Amino acid sequence: MIVARRLTPLLRAQRDFRFDRPLIRLGRVLQFWLAQWRHPRYRFAGALHIMIFAGFLLLAGRVFTLLAMGVSDRFIPVDSGGFLSSIRSYAATVVLLCVAVAIVRRLVFQPPRYGRPTADPIFLLALIGLLMAADGVFEGSKAAAEAALHLKATGRAVLLPPGSLSWMLAAAFSADGMGSLRTLHLGAYLTHEAAFFFLLCYRPFGIQFHVETSLFAVYFAKLDRGTIKPVRWGVPDDQLDSVPSFGVKKIEDFTWKHLLDFYSCADCGRCAEQCPANTVGRPLAPRTFSIKARDYLFHHYPVLGPSSNGTPLVGDLCSEAEIWSCTTCGACEAECPLLIEYIDKIVDLRRGLIDDGKAPQSLHKPLKSLETRGNPFGKMEKKRADWVQGAVPVVNGSGVDTLYFVDSITSYDDRIQAIGRAVGRVLGRIGGNFGILGAKERDSGHDVRRFGEETLFQALREHNTAAIRASGAIRIVTADPHAFNALRHDYRDVPPVEHVSQAIARAVRADQIKLKPVEDGGTYAYHDPCYLGRHNGVYDDPREVLDAIPGLQRVEMKRCRDRSFCCGGGGLALFYEAKENERMGVQRVRMAADAGATTIVTACPFCMVNLEDAIKVAGLEGKMTAIDLAELVERQMVS
Amino acid sequence: MPRIFAYIVHKNGVLDDTAAELPVAARKIVSPPDAAAAVTAIVVGWGADLDKVCESLRGLYAETWKVAQEGLAYPNAELVRQAIVKVVPAGSIVLVPHGHFGVDLSPGLSIKINAAYVPDVVDIEGIDGQWLKVVRQEFGGQVSAHMRANLSTGAVLNVRPGAFRPTGTAPMNGQVVDKSAEIGVLTARRQYLETIAAEIGDVDITKAPVLVSIGRGIGEQENIAIADDLAEVMGAAVSCSRPVVDAKWLDKSRQVGSSGQTVRPKVYMACGISGSFQHLAGLKGSPFIVALNKNPKAPIFRVADVGIVDDMLAFMPALAARVREESCVPGKGRRS
Amino acid sequence: MEILVCVKRVPDTSENEIQLARGGADIERADLVYSINEPDNYAVEEALQIVSRTGGKVTVVTVGNEEDEEVLRREMAMGAAGAVLLSDQAFEGSDGRGTAAILKAYVQSRHYDLILTGVQADDGCAQVGGMLAALLDYPFASLVTSIEVEGQRLKIAREVEGGSKEINRIDLPCVLSIQTGINEPRYVGMRGIRQVASIPIPTPCAADLGVEVDEVGKTAAKVQRVDYFVPPAGKGAQILQGSREEIVEKLMDLLKAKGGLN
Repeated sequence: MIVARRLTPLLRAQRDFRFDRPLIRLGRVLQFWLAQWRHPRYRFAGALHIMIFAGFLLLAGRVFTLLAMGVSDRFIPVDSGGFLSSIRSYAATVVLLCVAVAIVRRLVFQPPRYGRPTADPIFLLALIGLLMAADGVFEGSKAAAEAALHLKATGRAVLLPPGSLSWMLAAAFSADGMGSLRTLHLGAYLTHEAAFFFLLCYRPFGIQFHVETSLFAVYFAKLDRGTIKPVRWGVPDDQLDSVPSFGVKKIEDFTWKHLLDFYSCADCGRCAEQCPANTVGRPLAPRTFSIKARDYLFHHYPVLGPSSNGTPLVGDLCSEAEIWSCTTCGACEAECPLLIEYIDKIVDLRRGLIDDGKAPQSLHKPLKSLETRGNPFGKMEKKRADWVQGAVPVVNGSGVDTLYFVDSITSYDDRIQAIGRAVGRVLGRIGGNFGILGAKERDSGHDVRRFGEETLFQALREHNTAAIRASGAIRIVTADPHAFNALRHDYRDVPPVEHVSQAIARAVRADQIKLKPVEDGGTYAYHDPCYLGRHNGVYDDPREVLDAIPGLQRVEMKRCRDRSFCCGGGGLALFYEAKENERMGVQRVRMAADAGATTIVTACPFCMVNLEDAIKVAGLEGKMTAIDLAELVERQMVS
Repeated sequence: MPRIFAYIVHKNGVLDDTAAELPVAARKIVSPPDAAAAVTAIVVGWGADLDKVCESLRGLYAETWKVAQEGLAYPNAELVRQAIVKVVPAGSIVLVPHGHFGVDLSPGLSIKINAAYVPDVVDIEGIDGQWLKVVRQEFGGQVSAHMRANLSTGAVLNVRPGAFRPTGTAPMNGQVVDKSAEIGVLTARRQYLETIAAEIGDVDITKAPVLVSIGRGIGEQENIAIADDLAEVMGAAVSCSRPVVDAKWLDKSRQVGSSGQTVRPKVYMACGISGSFQHLAGLKGSPFIVALNKNPKAPIFRVADVGIVDDMLAFMPALAARVREESCVPGKGRRS
Repeated sequence: MEILVCVKRVPDTSENEIQLARGGADIERADLVYSINEPDNYAVEEALQIVSRTGGKVTVVTVGNEEDEEVLRREMAMGAAGAVLLSDQAFEGSDGRGTAAILKAYVQSRHYDLILTGVQADDGCAQVGGMLAALLDYPFASLVTSIEVEGQRLKIAREVEGGSKEINRIDLPCVLSIQTGINEPRYVGMRGIRQVASIPIPTPCAADLGVEVDEVGKTAAKVQRVDYFVPPAGKGAQILQGSREEIVEKLMDLLKAKGGLN
C-alpha cells in the first residue's frame, strides 16, 4: 500500500520513453547493478558496499526459507547443511562486519561527503546488522542445542562453518541450558522476522528505498550520453507550439523516471563531492537536490492523507540560483552508482524558468544577441569570418569535403581567434579539402539549449543545418567541444563530426605530420574538457598527440579523464554571474600546479578563456601558461 | 531679434556653474556674435537663498528677473513652468541647462509657450533667417547632428553643461527686477515632498585626488579586483560610470556622472568608459584625463588629454605592476 | 489601472560603430539590429508590475510603420495586453512635438490612468513624455525610479544629482518618464514572441485619430535635422604609441608629473 502511494506521483508525471533497447539495458543492469561497476571509484566505501550488496543477494533467498521454517516444522531448507549453508553463514558474518565498519566510519571518521552524520543511513545499517546478528543467534543457538543433544552423532545436525558468526555464537552458547537456548532461538527468529518486516515497510521512507528502486533506476537509466531530453517525449519539434507550458514548474512536470531517481538517491554524496559548482560554494549540490525533491514528494504525497500536487517548485523546493549554477559538466552523472541523471532535470527546470520570463539579467543581452546576430557577443554576422586572415578558406557555395565548424567564441574573441588560425593551419596540413561557413555560420546553440531556451536553439539549429548541408561537406571537424557535442547529439541529418584532436591523432598515427621536440623543458598537464572527455569519451587521442611530441614531459592531474574538474563552463556560462567562493578555473590551475605542471594543455576554447583568466587571478602568471592542443601542434609541426 | 532668457539653477544660495555658461551660449545665438547681446536671467526661489543668488547674478547678467514665492523654495518643475509662462513674453528664446531639472521642465514649457524645443545643445551656429542652427549629438555621442529650430514662435534650448565654457569676461553690474507679483497663485498636481540623499558609502570619491574609473569595459564583477589593485598602488579611489552601477557591481556612491557624483580630481583615469556626456558631466575642474579603451573611436578620446588604445584588462595590471615596482625600489621612494 | 506605455524601436548601437551614409543625410542602417529602446522596456516592465498589484492592463503604443510592429509584439510577449501602431504617411518627419500630438490624439480616444515613456531614446532628446503631458494638461515627472500607488495618486521618486532621490506626490492621470534600473525586466524568449506573432495590431491613421495634418509631419516640424556629421578630431587625446611596456613607461612619467601617483 505504501508502495502504491509512492507510485502515485510517478503515474501523474510526464512520459519518458525508456522501454527501448532492452538487451542493452539488461547488460547495463548486469554491469552497474549486479557488478556494482561504479562503486570502486571510492575504493574503501566501494568495497564495503560491494560486500554488503553481495551478501544481500546471497542472503535474499534466506528470507523466505526462514519464513517457511517458522510456518512449518517439516520445511527443511535446501541450503541446510553443506556448501550453500556455509556460504550463507560466511556471507552473514561478512555483512555484519562491514556494517559495523560502515557505522564506525560514519560516526567516528565522518567522511565529508556524507555531511553531518544523519540518523537515516545509520539506522539502516544498524537494522541490517541486527538482521545478521539475529540470524547468527538463530543458527548458533540451534547448533548449540543440537550439540547438547548429541545430534551430530546421528548425522542430523548441521555442521557450522568455522569462523562464522553462528559458529562463534554456538561456541558461546554451548554452556547454556536447553531452555535458554530455545528462548534464544525463538527470540532470534522473532527478532529477525520483526526486523525484516519492519525494514520492508520502512524502506519507502528514506534512502533505503534505493534497495528496491535501484534495479529499476539502473534498468531505465539514460542510454544516450551527451543528449538532452526533448521538451516532451512524444511531441515532435514541429508540434511544440501546442504544448501549453515548457519545462518543469511543478513536481509532476518531471518524467516518471526522474521522480524514480529522487526515490533512488542513497545520499552517498559522491556526486556532490565531484560537483564543481558545489566545490566552489555555489548553492547547488546534486544529491541535496534529489533528497529535497524526495522529501517534497513524501510530503506532498503522504502515505496517509490527501496528496497536494501542483505547487510551484522554484522558491519552495529550490532557488533560481541553484538551477542556474550548473555548468552541465556531467561529473555527477559519471559518478553516481545508481546512474541517476541530473542534467536533464536542470535543463527542464531552466526551460520552466525561461518560459516564465525568469532568465538571470546577465543572460538577457547574450540571448538577445544570439537571436538577432547569431552570436552572444552582439558582433555583426558579416564579420564572423574576419578572424581568418588567410589561414582558412571560406566556403562559397559548395565543394568542400570537410567543414571546419568554428562556432562563435573562436570567431569573435581576440585571443581565441588565434586558436582558430592554428587549427586552420593544422587542417591545411592534414585536412584535405576543407573550409568554413563564414558569415553563414551561426552559434551552434549548444548552451542555448542547456540553458533552457529551446526555441532559440531550434532556430539556430535549423539555420546551421541548412548551411551545413548546402556546403556539400561529407564530414565536419571542430575544435570546440561544445559545438562537437551539439553537432554529434543535438543536430540531426548532418554529416559525421569529429574533434580536431581525433583528426590530429589519426594523422600522427599515419605519420602524416612530424612533430619536433619541445625546447622549453616544461611539464605539461592535459586538462580534459567536459564535453570532449566525459560526455563524448575522447580521452586518449589528445594524450596520444601530446605523447607523440618528442621530449614532452606529461603529468596527469589527480582529477583527470572522467574525473576532470570543470573549468567554469562554456557558452552562456561565461556570461552568468554566480555567487561563489572561488572560480572553478582557479581551483583547476592549482590542481595543475600541484601535479607539477608548468603548462596546461586544453582542447576547448572555453577552457582556454577560463584557465588563462584563472592563471592571472590565482597569481600564477609567469609560473603557468595555457596552450591549446592545436596551437601546440602547430608550433611543433615540422614544415 | 527675440529676447533671450537664461534659467538659473541654484542650490542653497549658490549658483550652479551653468549660470555663467548660459550667457556664452546666448552670445552665439546672435550673428555675428555680439558681446552685448542682451540675455536676461530668470531665477525662481524664496527667501535669503534667492536674495543671495540674485546678488551673484548681478555680476553675470545685465538684468535678472527674480520670481519669489514660498511654493518655489524647492524648484518643482510643474510650478516653475507656470511661473515662466506667466512672465516670459511670447516668441522669446529660453535657455535652460540640460539635466535632471531641464528634462523635467523644458519639454512641457516649450508646448505651453508654443516654442520650438531643442534639447542637449552642444554648440550654436547662429541665426539664418527664421532658423536657429545648433548642434546636438545622437547615438550615445557617436555622431553629431546639425539641427535647425524655427524661431518664429520662439524657442526653448536645453544647453549641455560644460559645452559653453565661460571665457572670463569682465563682471557686470546688472540690476535685479522683481517679477514676483506677476505670477499670482501657482498650483500643480505634483507636490514635492522631500529629497533622500544618497548614502556616501565607504569611499567618498568626491574627495579623492586621483580616480581610477571603470566602465562597461570591465566586463564582469570579478575584474573589478584589477581596478582595486591599480587604485591601491596609485593611492587612488575606484569610481565608475552608470552601467557598472546598473549591473549592481559597485555601489551608487561610486558613480561619476550627472545622476551620480560630481568629482574634481587632479587625475582621472577613464578605463573602459565610452565617454558619454552624462558621465563626463560629473567630471568638473580641469583634471588630467587618461582614457584607456579598446575602441579607438570611443568619444572619450575627444575629451581626454592622453589616450591609450588597449585592452584594459591587460593594461591595468601591467601598469599596476610597474607602479608597484617603482615604489618598491629602494631610494626611489614614492612621489606625492 | 489602465496603463499606456509609449515605446520606440531604435537601432542597437552599443556593440557596433555608427557610420554616416549618403553624405550625412542619415546613418548607415544596413547592418544595424533594431530592438526596443531600453528605457521603454523598463517602463513596460514597471507597468506590468503595477497592474499585477492593482489589476488592470497594459497597452503599448508606437508611432511608426510596419517594421515597428516587432517591438510591439515583443512587449506583448512580455505581458502587455494590447498594442497599437499609429501609422500614417503624414506622420513622417514629425519632430518631438508632432509625435506628442499624434500620441495625444490617441490617448484622448481612450481612457488611461497612467502613461509611461522611457526617459530618452536613441536621439537622447528626452522630450516626448513631457510634451505629451503638457498637450494633455496632465502633470509630468521625469527620471522616475520608483512608483507607489496611493489610490488616485502616486508617490514617486526621481533621480537627481549625486544619486539622491527626489520624492514627489503626483495626481492621476499623469505622464511619467522612466529611468533605467528601476526594476529587472523579465526575459522574453523566442517562444513567447512566436505565440504573439499573429495577434492583429490595430493601426489607426491620421483620420482615425482625428489628427490635424498641419500639426504633424515634416512641414509642421519646428525642429529639423539638417544632417549628421562627425566633428573633426580637433585636439582630442594624444594617443600614446608603442608596445604596452613602452606605453606604461610614458604613462608613468605623465602621471608622476601630474600628481597621479601618491
